[in-house]
Amino acid sequence: MPLLKPRKKRDAEIPSAAMADIAFLLLIFFLVTTTINADKGIYMQLPPKLDENNPPPEINQRNLLNVLVAADGQVLVDNEVIQIAQIRDVVKRHITNNGREPQFSVSPDKAVVSFKTKRGLSYDNYIGVLDEIKSAYNELRDEYAQSEYGMTYGEYRVRLPEQEEGGPEVVDEVAERYPLKISLAEPDND
Amino acid sequence: MSAHFKKKSSGTKQEIPTASMPDIIFMLLIFFMVTTVLRETELLVNISVPQAEAVEKIDQKRLIQYVYLGPEKLESGEGDPAVQIDDAIVRELPNIRQFMYSRLREEPRTIISMRVDRDVETGLLYDVQQEFREAEALRVNYSTNREAD
Repeated sequence: MPLLKPRKKRDAEIPSAAMADIAFLLLIFFLVTTTINADKGIYMQLPPKLDENNPPPEINQRNLLNVLVAADGQVLVDNEVIQIAQIRDVVKRHITNNGREPQFSVSPDKAVVSFKTKRGLSYDNYIGVLDEIKSAYNELRDEYAQSEYGMTYGEYRVRLPEQEEGGPEVVDEVAERYPLKISLAEPDND
Repeated sequence: MSAHFKKKSSGTKQEIPTASMPDIIFMLLIFFMVTTVLRETELLVNISVPQAEAVEKIDQKRLIQYVYLGPEKLESGEGDPAVQIDDAIVRELPNIRQFMYSRLREEPRTIISMRVDRDVETGLLYDVQQEFREAEALRVNYSTNREAD
Protein backbone atom coordinates (compact mmCIF):
# COMPACT_ATOMS: atom_id res chain seq x y z
CA MET A 1 0.00 0.00 0.00
CA PRO A 2 1.53 3.26 -1.02
CA LEU A 3 2.19 5.73 1.74
CA LEU A 4 1.51 8.71 -0.35
CA LYS A 5 -1.74 9.02 -2.08
CA PRO A 6 -1.31 10.12 -5.59
CA ARG A 7 -2.13 13.78 -5.66
CA LYS A 8 -5.34 14.77 -7.23
CA LYS A 9 -4.58 16.58 -10.40
CA ARG A 10 -5.87 20.11 -10.10
CA ASP A 11 -6.57 22.46 -12.87
CA ALA A 12 -3.97 25.19 -12.48
CA GLU A 13 -5.45 27.67 -14.91
CA ILE A 14 -7.18 30.90 -13.99
CA PRO A 15 -10.57 30.92 -15.60
CA SER A 16 -10.40 33.67 -18.14
CA ALA A 17 -13.87 33.54 -19.57
CA ALA A 18 -15.05 36.37 -17.34
CA MET A 19 -12.14 38.60 -18.21
CA ALA A 20 -13.86 39.96 -21.30
CA ASP A 21 -16.89 40.84 -19.20
CA ILE A 22 -14.83 42.71 -16.66
CA ALA A 23 -13.03 44.56 -19.41
CA PHE A 24 -16.34 45.39 -21.03
CA LEU A 25 -17.66 46.86 -17.81
CA LEU A 26 -14.61 49.05 -17.39
CA LEU A 27 -14.79 50.02 -21.04
CA ILE A 28 -18.38 51.11 -20.73
CA PHE A 29 -17.57 53.14 -17.63
CA PHE A 30 -14.80 55.04 -19.39
CA LEU A 31 -16.87 55.44 -22.53
CA VAL A 32 -19.56 57.13 -20.54
CA THR A 33 -17.27 59.40 -18.54
CA THR A 34 -15.05 60.49 -21.44
CA THR A 35 -15.50 63.91 -22.93
CA ILE A 36 -13.58 64.03 -26.17
CA ASN A 37 -14.38 67.58 -27.17
CA ALA A 38 -11.33 69.75 -26.78
CA ASP A 39 -11.56 73.29 -25.58
CA LYS A 40 -11.99 75.87 -28.31
CA GLY A 41 -11.32 79.53 -28.11
CA ILE A 42 -9.26 82.56 -28.97
CA TYR A 43 -5.70 82.14 -27.86
CA MET A 44 -3.91 85.23 -26.63
CA GLN A 45 -0.60 85.98 -25.07
CA LEU A 46 -0.86 88.50 -22.24
CA PRO A 47 1.81 91.17 -22.12
CA PRO A 48 4.44 90.58 -19.44
CA LYS A 49 4.07 92.59 -16.29
CA LEU A 50 5.44 96.07 -16.30
CA ASP A 51 9.02 96.33 -15.23
CA GLU A 52 10.24 99.80 -14.34
CA ASN A 53 13.82 99.01 -15.28
CA ASN A 54 12.79 97.50 -18.59
CA PRO A 55 10.16 99.67 -20.22
CA PRO A 56 8.46 98.12 -23.26
CA PRO A 57 10.07 99.13 -26.56
CA GLU A 58 8.76 102.24 -28.20
CA ILE A 59 6.77 101.48 -31.32
CA ASN A 60 6.63 103.87 -34.20
CA GLN A 61 3.15 105.44 -34.16
CA ARG A 62 2.82 104.57 -37.78
CA ASN A 63 3.12 100.83 -37.16
CA LEU A 64 0.61 100.91 -34.36
CA LEU A 65 -3.10 100.56 -35.03
CA ASN A 66 -5.00 101.68 -31.99
CA VAL A 67 -8.30 99.92 -31.53
CA LEU A 68 -10.24 101.45 -28.69
CA VAL A 69 -13.66 100.22 -27.68
CA ALA A 70 -15.95 102.39 -25.57
CA ALA A 71 -18.22 100.98 -22.89
CA ASP A 72 -21.23 101.07 -25.22
CA GLY A 73 -19.43 99.03 -27.86
CA GLN A 74 -18.48 101.92 -30.13
CA VAL A 75 -15.17 101.27 -31.88
CA LEU A 76 -12.50 103.87 -32.47
CA VAL A 77 -9.65 102.91 -34.79
CA ASP A 78 -6.90 105.53 -34.83
CA ASN A 79 -9.46 107.99 -33.44
CA GLU A 80 -12.05 107.35 -36.13
CA VAL A 81 -15.40 105.80 -35.35
CA ILE A 82 -16.05 102.68 -37.42
CA GLN A 83 -18.44 99.75 -37.41
CA ILE A 84 -17.41 96.41 -35.92
CA ALA A 85 -17.75 94.77 -39.34
CA GLN A 86 -15.22 97.21 -40.82
CA ILE A 87 -12.48 96.37 -38.33
CA ARG A 88 -11.33 93.34 -40.29
CA ASP A 89 -10.70 95.34 -43.46
CA VAL A 90 -8.92 98.15 -41.66
CA VAL A 91 -6.66 95.71 -39.83
CA LYS A 92 -5.86 93.90 -43.06
CA ARG A 93 -5.06 97.18 -44.77
CA HIS A 94 -2.87 98.14 -41.87
CA ILE A 95 -0.87 94.91 -41.96
CA THR A 96 -0.46 94.66 -45.73
CA ASN A 97 0.23 98.34 -46.24
CA ASN A 98 3.99 97.91 -46.84
CA GLY A 99 4.58 101.62 -46.51
CA ARG A 100 2.12 102.84 -49.12
CA GLU A 101 -0.23 104.90 -46.99
CA PRO A 102 1.38 107.12 -44.38
CA GLN A 103 -1.03 106.30 -41.53
CA PHE A 104 -0.58 102.52 -41.80
CA SER A 105 2.33 100.19 -41.15
CA VAL A 106 5.69 99.91 -42.88
CA SER A 107 5.72 96.13 -43.19
CA PRO A 108 3.68 93.15 -41.93
CA ASP A 109 6.31 92.07 -39.42
CA LYS A 110 6.39 95.53 -37.85
CA ALA A 111 2.63 96.06 -37.75
CA VAL A 112 1.12 95.95 -34.28
CA VAL A 113 -2.53 96.11 -33.37
CA SER A 114 -3.15 97.58 -29.96
CA PHE A 115 -6.43 96.57 -28.40
CA LYS A 116 -7.92 98.51 -25.55
CA THR A 117 -11.39 98.68 -24.07
CA LYS A 118 -13.14 100.63 -21.37
CA ARG A 119 -13.87 98.69 -18.22
CA GLY A 120 -17.63 98.88 -18.67
CA LEU A 121 -17.64 96.99 -21.97
CA SER A 122 -19.40 93.64 -21.92
CA TYR A 123 -17.35 90.53 -22.55
CA ASP A 124 -19.51 89.65 -25.54
CA ASN A 125 -18.43 92.83 -27.35
CA TYR A 126 -14.85 92.36 -26.20
CA ILE A 127 -14.71 88.96 -27.87
CA GLY A 128 -16.56 90.31 -30.89
CA VAL A 129 -13.87 92.89 -31.59
CA LEU A 130 -11.00 90.57 -30.74
CA ASP A 131 -12.49 87.98 -33.04
CA GLU A 132 -12.49 90.46 -35.93
CA ILE A 133 -8.83 91.33 -35.38
CA LYS A 134 -7.87 87.69 -35.14
CA SER A 135 -9.92 86.87 -38.24
CA ALA A 136 -8.04 89.52 -40.19
CA TYR A 137 -4.76 87.78 -39.37
CA ASN A 138 -6.23 84.37 -40.14
CA GLU A 139 -7.47 85.51 -43.53
CA LEU A 140 -4.12 87.01 -44.45
CA ARG A 141 -2.36 83.83 -43.42
CA ASP A 142 -4.81 81.73 -45.37
CA GLU A 143 -4.34 83.84 -48.47
CA TYR A 144 -0.58 83.65 -48.21
CA ALA A 145 -0.58 79.88 -47.62
CA GLN A 146 -2.96 79.48 -50.53
CA SER A 147 -0.76 81.43 -52.93
CA GLU A 148 2.54 79.93 -51.76
CA TYR A 149 1.61 76.34 -51.00
CA GLY A 150 -1.85 75.91 -52.49
CA MET A 151 -3.50 75.02 -49.21
CA THR A 152 -5.12 76.75 -46.27
CA TYR A 153 -3.05 77.75 -43.29
CA GLY A 154 -4.65 75.01 -41.22
CA GLU A 155 -3.56 72.35 -43.69
CA TYR A 156 -0.10 73.87 -43.83
CA ARG A 157 0.17 73.77 -40.06
CA VAL A 158 -0.77 70.10 -39.97
CA ARG A 159 1.98 69.26 -42.44
CA LEU A 160 4.67 71.01 -40.46
CA PRO A 161 6.92 68.49 -38.72
CA GLU A 162 6.77 68.45 -34.97
CA GLN A 163 9.32 70.47 -33.05
CA GLU A 164 11.78 68.11 -31.39
CA GLU A 165 13.73 69.10 -28.37
CA GLY A 166 17.21 70.12 -29.41
CA GLY A 167 16.39 69.35 -33.04
CA PRO A 168 16.47 71.83 -35.88
CA GLU A 169 13.92 74.56 -35.47
CA VAL A 170 10.72 74.12 -37.41
CA VAL A 171 9.96 77.32 -39.27
CA ASP A 172 6.37 78.24 -39.91
CA GLU A 173 6.88 80.40 -43.00
CA VAL A 174 3.35 81.71 -43.01
CA ALA A 175 3.44 82.84 -39.41
CA GLU A 176 6.83 84.39 -40.09
CA ARG A 177 5.36 86.40 -42.91
CA TYR A 178 2.37 87.61 -40.87
CA PRO A 179 3.37 87.43 -37.23
CA LEU A 180 0.48 87.81 -34.84
CA LYS A 181 1.08 91.02 -32.97
CA ILE A 182 -1.98 91.93 -30.99
CA SER A 183 -1.07 93.94 -27.97
CA LEU A 184 -3.51 93.99 -25.09
CA ALA A 185 -2.94 97.49 -23.85
CA GLU A 186 -2.52 98.42 -20.22
CA PRO A 187 -6.08 99.00 -18.96
CA ASP A 188 -7.15 102.34 -17.57
CA ASN A 189 -8.53 102.62 -14.10
CA ASP A 190 -11.75 104.37 -14.99
CA MET B 1 -29.83 10.72 -57.49
CA SER B 2 -30.52 11.93 -54.04
CA ALA B 3 -26.82 11.98 -53.34
CA HIS B 4 -26.43 14.52 -56.03
CA PHE B 5 -28.45 17.12 -54.14
CA LYS B 6 -26.83 16.59 -50.79
CA LYS B 7 -25.75 19.79 -49.22
CA LYS B 8 -22.06 20.20 -49.37
CA SER B 9 -20.49 20.72 -46.03
CA SER B 10 -17.11 22.34 -45.87
CA GLY B 11 -16.26 20.45 -42.74
CA THR B 12 -14.69 23.47 -41.06
CA LYS B 13 -15.83 24.81 -37.74
CA GLN B 14 -18.39 27.62 -37.94
CA GLU B 15 -17.22 29.52 -34.87
CA ILE B 16 -15.63 32.92 -34.73
CA PRO B 17 -12.51 32.72 -32.63
CA THR B 18 -13.07 34.77 -29.50
CA ALA B 19 -9.76 34.24 -27.81
CA SER B 20 -8.44 37.66 -28.81
CA MET B 21 -11.59 39.49 -27.82
CA PRO B 22 -10.31 40.47 -24.36
CA ASP B 23 -7.22 41.91 -26.01
CA ILE B 24 -9.28 44.07 -28.32
CA ILE B 25 -11.46 45.21 -25.46
CA PHE B 26 -8.41 46.00 -23.37
CA MET B 27 -6.98 48.09 -26.16
CA LEU B 28 -10.17 50.13 -26.32
CA LEU B 29 -10.25 50.31 -22.57
CA ILE B 30 -6.74 51.65 -22.35
CA PHE B 31 -7.49 54.24 -25.02
CA PHE B 32 -10.46 55.57 -23.11
CA MET B 33 -8.65 55.45 -19.81
CA VAL B 34 -5.89 57.59 -21.23
CA THR B 35 -8.19 60.12 -22.84
CA THR B 36 -10.56 60.47 -19.93
CA VAL B 37 -10.39 63.45 -17.67
CA LEU B 38 -12.51 62.29 -14.83
CA ARG B 39 -13.75 65.22 -12.90
CA GLU B 40 -15.68 68.06 -14.36
CA THR B 41 -15.88 70.80 -11.80
CA GLU B 42 -19.20 71.82 -10.47
CA LEU B 43 -19.94 75.34 -11.60
CA LEU B 44 -20.75 77.86 -8.91
CA VAL B 45 -21.25 80.66 -11.41
CA ASN B 46 -23.54 80.99 -14.39
CA ILE B 47 -21.69 80.99 -17.67
CA SER B 48 -22.78 81.36 -21.23
CA VAL B 49 -19.68 81.89 -23.36
CA PRO B 50 -19.85 84.14 -26.43
CA GLN B 51 -19.48 82.95 -29.99
CA ALA B 52 -16.53 83.65 -32.22
CA GLU B 53 -15.26 82.72 -35.62
CA ALA B 54 -11.48 82.71 -35.38
CA VAL B 55 -11.23 79.90 -32.85
CA GLU B 56 -8.43 77.44 -32.31
CA LYS B 57 -8.58 74.07 -30.68
CA ILE B 58 -6.46 73.29 -27.67
CA ASP B 59 -5.80 69.60 -27.66
CA GLN B 60 -3.48 69.35 -24.68
CA LYS B 61 -6.25 69.08 -22.17
CA ARG B 62 -3.86 68.44 -19.33
CA LEU B 63 -2.21 71.83 -19.68
CA ILE B 64 -5.45 73.69 -19.27
CA GLN B 65 -6.34 75.48 -16.08
CA TYR B 66 -9.90 76.70 -16.20
CA VAL B 67 -10.92 80.01 -14.69
CA TYR B 68 -14.60 80.83 -14.60
CA LEU B 69 -16.07 84.32 -14.48
CA GLY B 70 -19.76 84.88 -14.20
CA PRO B 71 -22.63 85.90 -11.98
CA GLU B 72 -22.62 83.78 -8.86
CA LYS B 73 -25.36 81.20 -8.45
CA LEU B 74 -27.37 82.00 -5.36
CA GLU B 75 -30.51 80.47 -4.00
CA SER B 76 -32.28 83.74 -4.59
CA GLY B 77 -31.09 83.94 -8.20
CA GLU B 78 -27.99 85.49 -9.68
CA GLY B 79 -25.52 87.41 -7.59
CA ASP B 80 -22.61 89.65 -8.48
CA PRO B 81 -19.96 88.48 -10.94
CA ALA B 82 -17.46 86.21 -9.25
CA VAL B 83 -14.31 84.29 -10.11
CA GLN B 84 -14.19 80.54 -9.72
CA ILE B 85 -11.02 78.47 -9.92
CA ASP B 86 -11.34 74.70 -9.57
CA ASP B 87 -14.02 74.10 -6.97
CA ALA B 88 -14.11 77.35 -5.11
CA ILE B 89 -15.03 80.95 -5.62
CA VAL B 90 -12.12 83.30 -5.15
CA ARG B 91 -13.18 86.16 -2.91
CA GLU B 92 -9.86 87.95 -2.77
CA LEU B 93 -8.39 88.52 -6.22
CA PRO B 94 -4.75 88.65 -5.02
CA ASN B 95 -5.09 84.96 -4.10
CA ILE B 96 -5.19 84.18 -7.81
CA ARG B 97 -1.59 85.27 -8.09
CA GLN B 98 -0.39 82.74 -5.55
CA PHE B 99 -2.49 79.99 -7.08
CA MET B 100 -1.27 80.60 -10.63
CA TYR B 101 2.29 80.90 -9.44
CA SER B 102 2.24 77.45 -7.86
CA ARG B 103 0.37 76.02 -10.81
CA LEU B 104 3.07 77.31 -13.15
CA ARG B 105 5.74 75.82 -10.95
CA GLU B 106 4.16 72.41 -11.50
CA GLU B 107 3.51 72.85 -15.21
CA PRO B 108 5.28 75.76 -16.90
CA ARG B 109 3.32 75.29 -20.12
CA THR B 110 -0.03 75.88 -18.44
CA ILE B 111 -2.67 77.55 -20.57
CA ILE B 112 -5.35 79.41 -18.69
CA SER B 113 -8.71 78.92 -20.31
CA MET B 114 -11.08 81.71 -19.41
CA ARG B 115 -14.70 80.75 -19.46
CA VAL B 116 -16.40 84.08 -19.08
CA ASP B 117 -20.07 84.90 -19.19
CA ARG B 118 -20.94 87.19 -22.06
CA ASP B 119 -22.45 89.86 -19.82
CA VAL B 120 -19.50 90.23 -17.49
CA GLU B 121 -17.85 93.63 -17.73
CA THR B 122 -14.28 93.60 -18.99
CA GLY B 123 -13.19 95.56 -15.91
CA LEU B 124 -13.31 92.39 -13.84
CA LEU B 125 -11.56 90.51 -16.61
CA TYR B 126 -8.74 93.04 -16.54
CA ASP B 127 -8.39 92.78 -12.78
CA VAL B 128 -8.07 89.01 -13.07
CA GLN B 129 -5.63 89.27 -15.94
CA GLN B 130 -3.46 91.67 -13.97
CA GLU B 131 -3.13 88.92 -11.38
CA PHE B 132 -2.13 86.45 -14.08
CA ARG B 133 0.50 88.87 -15.26
CA GLU B 134 1.86 89.23 -11.76
CA ALA B 135 2.23 85.45 -11.65
CA GLU B 136 3.64 85.52 -15.18
CA ALA B 137 0.94 83.20 -16.40
CA LEU B 138 0.64 84.75 -19.81
CA ARG B 139 -0.85 82.04 -21.98
CA VAL B 140 -4.56 82.70 -22.03
CA ASN B 141 -7.38 81.25 -24.03
CA TYR B 142 -10.76 82.96 -24.23
CA SER B 143 -13.08 80.00 -24.45
CA THR B 144 -15.82 80.50 -27.02
CA ASN B 145 -18.28 78.52 -29.03
CA ARG B 146 -17.86 78.41 -32.75
CA GLU B 147 -20.31 80.57 -34.60
CA ALA B 148 -23.05 78.47 -36.10
CA ASP B 149 -22.96 79.10 -39.82
